[in-house]
Amino acid sequence: MRTRAYRHPLNGSSMPPGRPLLRVSDLTLRFGGVTALAEVGMSVDSGRIHAIIGPNGAGKSSLLNCISGLYRPTGGEVVLHTDSGQERRLTSLPPNRVARLGVARSFQNIELFEHLTVLENMMLGRHIHMRQNVLSAMLWLGPARRQEITHREVVEEVIDLLKLQAYRQKPVGTLAYGIQKRVELGRALAMQPALLLLDEPMAGMNAEEKEDMARYILDVHELAGVSIVLIEHDMNVVMDISDRVTVLDFGRVIGDGTPAEVMENPRVVEAYLGAGAAS
Amino acid sequence: MSTFVTLLVIGLSEGAILALAALGFVLIYKATGVINFAQGEFLLIGAYTFYTVFVVLQMPVVVSLLVGVLVAVIVGVVVERFILRPMVGQSHISIIMVTIGLAGLLGAVVQMFFGTQPRSMPPVLPTESVSILGGSVPANRLWAIVVCGVVLGLLTWFFQKSRHGVAMRAVADDQQAAMTVGISVRRVFAMSWALAAVSALVAGVLLADITTVEMNIVNFGLLVFPVVIMGGLDSVPGTIVGGLTIGLLTQFVSGYMDPGLAEVIPYIVLVLVLLVRPYGVFGEKRIERV
Repeated sequence: MRTRAYRHPLNGSSMPPGRPLLRVSDLTLRFGGVTALAEVGMSVDSGRIHAIIGPNGAGKSSLLNCISGLYRPTGGEVVLHTDSGQERRLTSLPPNRVARLGVARSFQNIELFEHLTVLENMMLGRHIHMRQNVLSAMLWLGPARRQEITHREVVEEVIDLLKLQAYRQKPVGTLAYGIQKRVELGRALAMQPALLLLDEPMAGMNAEEKEDMARYILDVHELAGVSIVLIEHDMNVVMDISDRVTVLDFGRVIGDGTPAEVMENPRVVEAYLGAGAAS
Repeated sequence: MSTFVTLLVIGLSEGAILALAALGFVLIYKATGVINFAQGEFLLIGAYTFYTVFVVLQMPVVVSLLVGVLVAVIVGVVVERFILRPMVGQSHISIIMVTIGLAGLLGAVVQMFFGTQPRSMPPVLPTESVSILGGSVPANRLWAIVVCGVVLGLLTWFFQKSRHGVAMRAVADDQQAAMTVGISVRRVFAMSWALAAVSALVAGVLLADITTVEMNIVNFGLLVFPVVIMGGLDSVPGTIVGGLTIGLLTQFVSGYMDPGLAEVIPYIVLVLVLLVRPYGVFGEKRIERV
C-alpha cells in the first residue's frame, strides 16, 4: 500500500493490513416492537474499505450508530482490536469513549458545528489527542503552545489532502453542501482514526460531486492508509471503491463478500430488484 | 460634572459586577440550554462563604478566596450532577421550575445559618476617596471595575480560545457531533455550572465588599435577567454591554431623577426590549451566536 510521506500519519492504527480490526457479533437492536438489527455479524479487516449496503430501512445507519456508541444495542457486541493487542468492547462505552479509542465517523445528515469555522471544526477533531491540563492551557505555557502547533500541523495535512485551503476561516454554516460533507470527513480524519465510519458520504450529490468525493475517500484510504467502513446507496460507487461488502435487508445480513461475490448472490439481487429477478 | 463622574464610576462598577453575574447565567444557558433562576443565590452563597472564612474563621483574604472558589466549584458540580442531570430531556418549564426551587432552597440554607441581619465585614478593597475630573469616588468602586474587567477578560478568552472553551461552544452547537469527536458532554455541563458559580462568587464577594453581606444580594442577582435579555441570552459581548448599560442607567436615573424609579427601570427596559427586540439589542449585529 502506498503511503504518502506525511510528517504526521493520519492513520491511527499501526496494525498491518488484512488483520481483523472490528468484529460485530450477534448484534440485535430493538426499538419497542421494531427490530432494527437482528443478530448481525460482520468483520472488518484493517486497511480495507468495507461497504455496508442495503435498501432504505435495512438498518445500515443503526449498525453504524451501535458501533459508534450512539445506540445501545439490545444484544450482541462490537469489539475493536486496538494497536496494543487489546480487544475493547465498544458496545458498553459512551460515544466519547468510543471516539477516544480512535473510531471516527461522519453522519448522513451533516453534523458539523455550523457556527464555528472550518479550522475550529477540524481542531475539535484533535480534541481526543489534547492533554487535559486546564492551568497550562489557561496560561498559554510552552508545552500547551507546542501541542497546539503540532495539532495545527495535523489539521493542515488534512486540509491539504482534502483541498480545503480556501475555506479555513469560513463559518461552516455558510459553505455549500458538498464542501460541508468534505469538512465533516476532514474533522473525522483529523482524529487520526484507527477506523473511519462514513454514513452516506455521497448522499444528495450529483454524479460529478460523487466522483470527487469517491476520489477523496480513495485518497484517504490509499495515501493515508485509513481503514474505512462506508454506507452507500450508489452501487456503482460501492463496486468501484470497496474491497468488501456486507449487505443488510430488514436488519439481517443477507450477503457478505467481495463486490463481485455479492453481485452474484441471489438473495442480494432479490432484495434489490425484487423476487423473480434472480431467475 | 462632579455628580456625573461619581454616578458614572458607581454605575460602571455595579454594571461590571452585574455583567460578571450574568456571564455565569449565559455560560449555563449556552452550553446546557438551562435557564438558571438560581444565579442570584449563587452570588449569595459566594458572598457568605467568603464571609465565613474571612470573618468567622479569621483567615487571610487569599485563603478565603481560594476556599470560596473551591466551594463554588463543588456547589456548581453537585447542582449539575444531582439536580439538573436527572432532568435531561424534560420540558423547559419543568427545568425552570426546578431551578426556581433550587433558588428557594439555597436562599433558605443561607438564611438558616446566618439569619436575615446584614453582616459587617472589614473592607478588602481600599475605601478612601479618590478624586477624578472634579468628582470624588470611593477607590473600592474603581478596584471593582478593574477586578471585573480582568475576570471577564479571562473568562471570555477561555470561552473563545481555550480547548475547553471551544469544547463548550461545540457542545452548545451540536451535542451529537461533540460526542463523536470525543468530547464528554457531561464534563462540559459540569464545567459550565462550576464556571458560572465561580463568576457568581467573584461578583458576590465584590458586591459584599462595596455594600454589605446580606440577603439583598439576591435582589441584585435578579437584575441578571434584564441584562441577559438585553444582551440576547447567549452572547458574551452582549452580556458585558448589557451589564454596563443596566448599571449606568440605574445610577443615572437614581442620581438625576428618582431613586424609586431606579429600582424599576431595569425591568421597564426588560419589558421594552422584549416588546421591540425579542432577540435582544445585540441579536442582529451579532453574526456568530456561539
